Amino acid sequence: MTEVFEPVIIGFTCNWCSYRAADLAGIGRMKYPPNIRLIRLMCSGRLDPTFVLKALASGADGVMISGCHPGECHYLEQNYKAMRRYHLLKRMLTQMGVEPGRVKLVWASAAEGARLASEITKMVEEVRALGPLNWPTAGAAAALPEKPAALEVPA
Amino acid sequence: MKYGYFPGCSLERNAAAYDKSARAVAEPLGMEFVEVEDWNCCGATEYISLNLLASYALSARNLAQAVRTDGLGELVAPCSACYLNLTKCDKSMRESPSLAAKVNEALAAGGLSYKPGSMRVRHLLDVIVNDIGFEALRAKVTRPLTGLKVAPFYGCFVARPGYVQFDDTEFPVTLDRLLQALGAEVVDFPLKAQCCGGHMTQISEGMGLEMIRRLVKTADDRGADLIVTICPMCQLNLDAFQGAMNRHFGLNLHVPVLYFTQMMGLAFGLDQAALGIGSELVSSRAALAAIGATPEGEAGGPPKRVKKDDKALPMPAPLMRA
Amino acid sequence: MTEKIGVYICHCGSNIAGTVDCPEVSRWAAEALKARGVVVARDYKFMCSSLGQELIEKDIKELGLTRVVVGACSPHLHEPTFRGACGRAGLNPYLCEMVSLREQVSWVHTDKAAATAKAKAVVSGGVERVIHHEPLESLRVPIHPATLIVGGGIAGIQAALEIADSGTPVYLVEREPSIGGHMAQFDKTFPTLDCSACILTPKMVTVGAHPNITMLTYAEVTNVDGFVGNFAVTIRQKPRYVKADLCNGCAVCEEKCPKKVVDEVFEAGLGYRKVIYRPFAQAVPKYPVIDRENCTFFLKGTCKACEKFCPTGAIDFEQKEEIITIQVGNIILATGFDLFDARRIPQFGLGRLPNVFSSLEFERLCNAAGPTNGRVVMRDGVTTPRAVGIVHCVGSRDKHYNNYCSSICCMQSLKFAHLVEERTGATVYNFYIDMRTPAKGYDEFYQRLLEEGVIFIRGRVAEVTDVPQRPEEEGRLVVQVEDTLIGQQRRIPLDMVILSAGLEPRHDAKQVAKMFGISCSADGWYIEKHPKLDPIATMTEGIYIAGVAQGPKDIPASVAQGAAAAARVMGRIQQKEIALEPVRASIDETRCSGCRICNNMCPFNAILYHADKAVSEVNPALCQGCGTCVAACPAGAISGTVFSDQQVLSQLEGLLLRNLQPATV
Repeated sequence: MTEVFEPVIIGFTCNWCSYRAADLAGIGRMKYPPNIRLIRLMCSGRLDPTFVLKALASGADGVMISGCHPGECHYLEQNYKAMRRYHLLKRMLTQMGVEPGRVKLVWASAAEGARLASEITKMVEEVRALGPLNWPTAGAAAALPEKPAALEVPA
Repeated sequence: MKYGYFPGCSLERNAAAYDKSARAVAEPLGMEFVEVEDWNCCGATEYISLNLLASYALSARNLAQAVRTDGLGELVAPCSACYLNLTKCDKSMRESPSLAAKVNEALAAGGLSYKPGSMRVRHLLDVIVNDIGFEALRAKVTRPLTGLKVAPFYGCFVARPGYVQFDDTEFPVTLDRLLQALGAEVVDFPLKAQCCGGHMTQISEGMGLEMIRRLVKTADDRGADLIVTICPMCQLNLDAFQGAMNRHFGLNLHVPVLYFTQMMGLAFGLDQAALGIGSELVSSRAALAAIGATPEGEAGGPPKRVKKDDKALPMPAPLMRA
Repeated sequence: MTEKIGVYICHCGSNIAGTVDCPEVSRWAAEALKARGVVVARDYKFMCSSLGQELIEKDIKELGLTRVVVGACSPHLHEPTFRGACGRAGLNPYLCEMVSLREQVSWVHTDKAAATAKAKAVVSGGVERVIHHEPLESLRVPIHPATLIVGGGIAGIQAALEIADSGTPVYLVEREPSIGGHMAQFDKTFPTLDCSACILTPKMVTVGAHPNITMLTYAEVTNVDGFVGNFAVTIRQKPRYVKADLCNGCAVCEEKCPKKVVDEVFEAGLGYRKVIYRPFAQAVPKYPVIDRENCTFFLKGTCKACEKFCPTGAIDFEQKEEIITIQVGNIILATGFDLFDARRIPQFGLGRLPNVFSSLEFERLCNAAGPTNGRVVMRDGVTTPRAVGIVHCVGSRDKHYNNYCSSICCMQSLKFAHLVEERTGATVYNFYIDMRTPAKGYDEFYQRLLEEGVIFIRGRVAEVTDVPQRPEEEGRLVVQVEDTLIGQQRRIPLDMVILSAGLEPRHDAKQVAKMFGISCSADGWYIEKHPKLDPIATMTEGIYIAGVAQGPKDIPASVAQGAAAAARVMGRIQQKEIALEPVRASIDETRCSGCRICNNMCPFNAILYHADKAVSEVNPALCQGCGTCVAACPAGAISGTVFSDQQVLSQLEGLLLRNLQPATV
């Protein structure tokens, strides 16, 4: 009897749109797999790409990033900045050998509970098919080095 | 520009003028037509209601042959019925893998197969309007059709929603604009996308003739000198049955029906015989004599009121549609 | 050094407890997270109840809790409740963290074991995060007592009057030469059949004369800076070419002007106006404007008839536009709607068939001050129609155009039916899909029309055509429709067809929204803070919306929303200051290298650069707390409160249960 692999996916949501979409999915009792655990940020623009790396390094098999649709960001245009970072991050991840299907960007407005639920369901299955990530340092406590303080360089 | 060419049965017989004129205008516009090898009938309008699988297999064979003849990916059908049948076949096969499997099984008997989506089927009007464009058309016009009032008639096939949409389904305008680019005056013809009756003349003659009467009379009422069509069935109905219609209703209408490619050829300065003009049953000679004459201030369509103390209320202008 | 954390798991009746084993989660938290600082974990039926909150308060006081984690519904619902409980017990409210076990666990998962395991992980995440919370104080911001209202329609007028009556100053900005909005164009209003202008103009006059209202008509807002309580708004006052202080409203200029043009705005294209004009006779303010694009003087340098005849010398062709800046504390957007352009549906014939009218055209036709003095006649301006058809849902409830219902068109169509019958005795047909008559007196109005003999045909109109198929259709318009109640196609010969076109957002709603820092929904209406419970506020503090700009509605609802927005604003003004969430970014000067990457990240211009020190600084009053700059800083010099890197990363650790000793769960 082989045990079915249950991936763990971390979802970063924005307070105004996608977190509310997740709430709406709950209110509508729309079901999705329990493999995803959500973290609330104020805005998708807050997402530091190191969060994604940390999540994967700490044992997550996939990361979903979610925010307001372009043009509808509560803070006007910050989701565009999130989008830029995401594309660069994806390239970096592929170069590091992480399958592109493990990190996904999904825009969801506060009214799109059903859509978010179906995207989550889809992603869980996609990551399940990819198998566990087993990032080499996942077992040990992986601490990212402290950001070094800026050095004053004489002109 | 090279295109696969599917003439269809009509263009070999009753619509020979369409075929002739299409090929005649293709050359100056830089279009090269490569006729599909060993093509067969598309099934016209009835077959699909008799036997779905056989009908699709018939169309799919044409598509498969088109891929074999010249893997260009674009197939041009001047006849609206052929165009719709081929498009429908490709779309249905794309959407239903089980249908595609059955059809390919049938094709395999002839050593053929067709992968849905390999051929893009387009109507000749679509290709001329969208690939060639109005500017290029205008550039080739040596004898503008000024003085000629035309009613553009699309027929119902090209406006069917859900297939390849190159124009609005309720109020198409591409043919209107093409004819304007040729210099003709296009009258307001509200029935331009209505059905010509199809094969109704055979099934229920009275109904079929009534549909023809409606179209011809409205075009005539709106001041058209002739009707311009894009489909052999429409041309046949409005032209060949115009006499029968006149007799049935006791009317005396005389509105010739020509193909848009014939109009293009005339505007390009080509010889009438080379365009098949003269083969139509309702003679266009008198109407075409109007070309070049300056209009005498008679407006086509509803009369305009220009009196100063006129009580009429202003009207919104129609929207220009793409 | 270790915090004393209290964990509270809510059952929410059976909403959470039905799927998540709450006692087990609570027990697990007390045990597995003990090493992380959890000193007490409880589960209770309804944490948000006063008894539930008292549990927390008691524990804070008796056990000296320094942090609180509540696992319950969405923080969007009860975060303030639990923060309040902590505050009352003496713990800084921002040391409380709420995690969602309901909307995001029990309501969306069916596998109880998996849901319970996830609940544990979520609580663990909350615990790890709360350790890094810091005590924070809300930012208190003063509220400037002046208010800006954009849009002089009925909603804007109502809001202006309410606020002005309360004693504080109001600026009312309207882009047309007069206030009144669309309501000024209507003839009668449903269901009372009150004359629209008669009920509107007294309010307009009051606005015009009110000492607390500064009306800026023929003006537009061009820029908005600042934040709630403290907005700096730039307004462009377009030149009227008429000096307001000299003009006495005699309208001789209008009479003498030799040039007439079609009035596309007020008369909906159905009538004419002069080039120097007031949109309608009861315009407020009464000063006319010169339409520069059509004025003979501006085009050719001649005429000047208005100047010649003006008794007070009020015409000023040299007048320039003025840029005005005002300071306000709150802004209400009541910018109204545009009518769906029914020419987009060519099969209905508007613009092609003379006797097809749009709803606004028909309003003008009925209006006693309109182009026909209220006579219902056909496009020739003379003939009375004998049969009129009214088409409902033109451009609404239609996936090809607008999917939504425009709310007022059924009542409007019924009103038209009544007016046509009353004025012409014609036979009237209403072609409808459903009859939407929800409010007071509405359905009674419909029943009255049934008795008046209006013919109702349930079906979507396929087309309006002038091509006859039978002798009785010659020379008339024909509506082809499927009568769904009898299951037959019908062709109805008519003389006139009225299209009840739907309501659409203003064509520039998206730009206006962006300028004020709010957003529009997919349909283009301004987005409200909560569709059920807060329809007049927006996500941006200090900006409110009212009227059809928020979504299609009738006049009573627009008035109610205008008044509601006014009440909200008046509450703020009365409080004199507002507490803002302390979610802010701040820059550590010692770490900042002055690279200025963050400067361009901020859409609120909250980051200043000090060239002398070569560092950037965040202005906490302008900062909205999105955190984009925090993520962008390559030196990690910017930190954000409430969503700091430490907090997020710790929550991540907790969610993945890496904070536990081995062999638990």
